Amino acid sequence: MTASRRSLALFLVASLLLALFPGVGGTFYVQLLTNVMILAIFAMSLDLLIGYTGLVSFGHAAYFGLAGYVLALLGPQYEAASLWWSLPAAMGVCALFALLTGLLVLRTKGIFFIMVTLAFAQMLFFVFHDTKLGGGSDGIYIYNKPTLLIGDFALANLDNIAHFYYLVLLLMLCVYLLLRRILGSTFGRALVGIKVNEHRMQALGFPVFRYKLASYVLAGALGGLAGYLAAVQFGFVNPEILSWHKSGQVIVMVILGGMGTLYGPVLGAFAFVLLQEAFSNQAWIGEWAKHWQLGMGVFIVLVAMYLPQGLAGLLQRFGRKAEAKEEREEQP
Amino acid sequence: MSAPILRTQELTKRFSGLVAVSKVSLELHVGEVHAIIGPNGAGKSTLTNLLSGDLPPTSGVVQFEGRDIAGFKSDRISRLGVGRSYQKTNIFLPFTVFENCRLAAQSRTPHAWRVWSGAGRFGDINRLAEEAMEAAGLAHRRDRVAATLSHGEQRQLEIAMCLATQPRLLLLDEPLAGMGPHESLRMVELIKTLSAQHAIMLIEHDMDAVFAVAHRLTVMVNGEVIESGTPEAVRGSPVVQLAYLGGGDNLHV
Repeated sequence: MTASRRSLALFLVASLLLALFPGVGGTFYVQLLTNVMILAIFAMSLDLLIGYTGLVSFGHAAYFGLAGYVLALLGPQYEAASLWWSLPAAMGVCALFALLTGLLVLRTKGIFFIMVTLAFAQMLFFVFHDTKLGGGSDGIYIYNKPTLLIGDFALANLDNIAHFYYLVLLLMLCVYLLLRRILGSTFGRALVGIKVNEHRMQALGFPVFRYKLASYVLAGALGGLAGYLAAVQFGFVNPEILSWHKSGQVIVMVILGGMGTLYGPVLGAFAFVLLQEAFSNQAWIGEWAKHWQLGMGVFIVLVAMYLPQGLAGLLQRFGRKAEAKEEREEQP
Repeated sequence: MSAPILRTQELTKRFSGLVAVSKVSLELHVGEVHAIIGPNGAGKSTLTNLLSGDLPPTSGVVQFEGRDIAGFKSDRISRLGVGRSYQKTNIFLPFTVFENCRLAAQSRTPHAWRVWSGAGRFGDINRLAEEAMEAAGLAHRRDRVAATLSHGEQRQLEIAMCLATQPRLLLLDEPLAGMGPHESLRMVELIKTLSAQHAIMLIEHDMDAVFAVAHRLTVMVNGEVIESGTPEAVRGSPVVQLAYLGGGDNLHV
């Protein structure tokens, strides 16, 4: 099997397993995986910045939280909002926020970029935390899940846990394929060029700033998609979803999974949430469950030490081994 | 003689106290290799940076094809038709030779902003990349990762990328630095071939190469032009001999 065939096979098997899961998994785990897939979308959107454009944003939670607040604030209080307008609105506001802040933050580089993105996310945090706009630190409830209607026909009922699971799965696969497509285009190649050697890209005639801005806006909009879905799932937004912990978490997912691979951050999201679940499960590991951060910490340190390319790097290593084995067998 | 493709007048660059380039006026013509020589620290690379837009000039005029370009950003100057190579190899190390050239060629096509079609599908870009590799003598290394090339080959790639952007003016900053004798010879031939269709500004320490290809020489010392003219005139110039011999630097002519 060639490398591309193998990755296609992996993609199909993983999609199929995820599609079959609600048939066997209990409600708790279906909801847990829904959450994981939402975070996977979030992590992929950040990978576009960190892994493909070379922009280490430490404020990506801004988009995650902002989209949730857009849904909570723009939606009617006692009725359901329609997904058809509320999702584009949430993503649009995030794209606009990315455009406006991007015009400023993209003028900085390296450590300054990290700090300035953090600063903008913190500003947004305090806007929602310290003003009455979004209910302060208490947040806002979203009593009714958005509707997904064509005429009078409901495509899906988002109150139904399985329906919502499939919507999120579908969107995660769409985001993955969309980003794959974009990254394989001339535009995507230019982004990777900027990540590798920004100075030379500029010297070759690329308007580097505009490329970075486009990437930043797209990442913001997709981060908004994830935040919107999370707000729908939990029926609740509060400033915590904008906090720098959230920005840090998603960076860890991207690095854990393997930046610049797109599927790596998906693996990272799964590993992060599922391990956190395992390490804090009292039935499995008893008293240690109280100290689940310790387990997570050790795991992250081990990955950082032995898998510099993250979990995706591990997968690629297996792929190369399989290739070498096939080659050996082909020889008489 | 035809109008110059690039003309500078009193071009100056100051770094706080230091005047790196001082009131330099020169002209570059299509069909001509104009070599800039001078000891280390003479301001040759800074001059290149001013022309390519990597640095903004403090004062003075830079005109490219009659248009004032002083202070333009490097991407804009590049798109106007000025290509430059770097003294310190400045390539995309993790990419293949072909992808390095393909990216360079992509920079000025209208397809560059396409987000949906696969990057390999644009025949015109691929063709430009192939031609550039061929011209620089790298066609046999097409699929090698740039980081695994020899130093000389990386220098060739540097030129190939520059060519893939289809410049009319080439600014070559020490293209022979670190090259073996065989590779140097090849590069000299390439510069000769290119000079027929391009204007070339060449910065180079290898005097054999300079005198083999240059139609015009400008000598810089401490940011200033001390002599400019045909190679023969410069070779015989007492000012140049004094500057070089007095400075303890050897001009092997």
